[in-house]
Amino acid sequence: MKDLALASSREIVKRNRAFLGKIVLFSALLLISVFLSLLLGRYPALSLQSPQAIVSDPMAFNLAINYRLPRILLSLLLGATLSASGVVLQMIFRNPLVEPGFLGVSQGAAFGASLAIIFLGSSLLTMEMLAAFFSILGLFLSIFLARKLRYGGWILRLVLAGIAVSALFSAGVGVLKYLADPLKQLPEITFWLLGGLWGSDWHQVFYVVPFVLPALIVLYLIRWRLNILTLEDSTAFSLGVRPGREKMLVLSLAVIPVAVMVSVAGIVGWVGLIIPHISRKLVGANSQFSFPLSLFLGAFFCLFCDTIARTMLWGEIPLGILTSLIGAFIFLLILTRPSSRGFV
Amino acid sequence: MRALSLSGVSFSYIPREPVIRDVSFSLESGRILALLGPNGSGKTTLLHLILGQLSPKRGEIEIFEREIRSYSRSELSKIIGLARQEERVAFEFTALEYVLLGRAPYLGPLEAPSDDDYEKALQALEMAGVFHLQDRFLTSLSGGERQLVIIARALAQIPKILLLDEPLAHLDLKNQSLLLQVLKSLREQGVTVVFSTHDPNAASVIADQILLLQKGCLLQYGPPDEVLAPEKLQDVYEVPLRIVEGNGKRYVLLENIGER
Repeated sequence: MKDLALASSREIVKRNRAFLGKIVLFSALLLISVFLSLLLGRYPALSLQSPQAIVSDPMAFNLAINYRLPRILLSLLLGATLSASGVVLQMIFRNPLVEPGFLGVSQGAAFGASLAIIFLGSSLLTMEMLAAFFSILGLFLSIFLARKLRYGGWILRLVLAGIAVSALFSAGVGVLKYLADPLKQLPEITFWLLGGLWGSDWHQVFYVVPFVLPALIVLYLIRWRLNILTLEDSTAFSLGVRPGREKMLVLSLAVIPVAVMVSVAGIVGWVGLIIPHISRKLVGANSQFSFPLSLFLGAFFCLFCDTIARTMLWGEIPLGILTSLIGAFIFLLILTRPSSRGFV
Repeated sequence: MRALSLSGVSFSYIPREPVIRDVSFSLESGRILALLGPNGSGKTTLLHLILGQLSPKRGEIEIFEREIRSYSRSELSKIIGLARQEERVAFEFTALEYVLLGRAPYLGPLEAPSDDDYEKALQALEMAGVFHLQDRFLTSLSGGERQLVIIARALAQIPKILLLDEPLAHLDLKNQSLLLQVLKSLREQGVTVVFSTHDPNAASVIADQILLLQKGCLLQYGPPDEVLAPEKLQDVYEVPLRIVEGNGKRYVLLENIGER
């Protein structure tokens, strides 16, 4: 007879140790990256300044504290939000190819921002507000339409409704681009659609934190339970879960922060798709471990890309271009590797 | 004590097209019941009614002599476990990670499995005879091994009533024999088992009671030697059948395979 108590505690110790090791490693990596990113920038030429040099020069200090630091925090929050949302959506939809912009959220934000650029004079505040409004409208419209559809199960209906809503907003963006002044407004729309954190300040940090942080904390606390939502509804039901109700709650917690982040950062693709894949590859599919790791990796990935975006050239490289470029490359690398633990 | 009692239960997905019609029966605790009938006879719907996932349009269901609606979802999930015929798992969970999900009824929304839950999950894997598969990915298992792991997940719930939807469908003879041993040992521990099957022989081998269903109607309910009569079965399966006896059990054979 096997000693199950001993085996089970050994199992827990083994898993927790391996996971803790990875988390400590990534936390250290993230902290070092934040510190380096704070010191790195164009002042006026690209350089890695020493902390003493920054503290002793008021202008450099102002630049680091009021421009670089909020931007760094926003990039961390953006990455963590997109990846957390990616993990949750992929689990709920039981499909590893789903990403957070799925339910009309990204295209809704694009429509809102374009509308602001053309009709409201492209102030950052109105762009953010309209982008957030239309992005959340996109989510609710998708859910509303899914309830009205008379075809397939709930997940399929949501997918179809999301595709339809995204297409509607995308057509709207097309019309707005057609109406836009080609010299001023059209480049602005195009630049916004490519995503970026170039206008970041502390106001934006204070604006996103109340939406993003509580949602991420709740999702973190229920991370093991997310596994149950990947099961067939009748099985989840037999385990004491009300799948419809819990999926809607978790979906809202995952998508509303994305809508808020997109309103600030524009459309930043691929993060929510590839980071959950990489996490599952490193620690397995169990969301008790893959969810927290995704938060770290997503934050690190966006910080890395955004640091390149603001330092590599004299001008700003849109963040969305870099995340797509690097993300697609990593994705291809994962798919062409022979072993692919964590996703089917 | 009566574990399960249905009186006049009817159910329909579409109005005026009932899939379960006026079904009444009761089952003592610690017994094995086979829901027998051809494909589409309403076996899975009946299981989902007993699970509480579907509510009857008419009639009443009692679990341990208490109306099913009086139980909370959490209470019921500690009493009834379900193992489905085919569970599609979208991500690569190991068998142990998957079986641990069976501990969900005992965990709060913010809790993760404890030492005790790991121990219960390992016990369930051992009980289902698949302890050695604990670190294997579910997607890498054969159909039979996978079915046993799914049953282990339901056993980790420590249910008083275990519902199994076509549990023998994907199993080879060795795994069938393993599963039947598991069911026997559950019966000895006082667990009530309800399983659906379209195979009269599977019902005959293990069930204490058989409920014969035809197009949602209860055709007969009783012990195997009463229910497994050629006339009734021929009527239900619409093929000529022969009953043979051996080891004190009745077995059903196809009489002959005619020309089309």
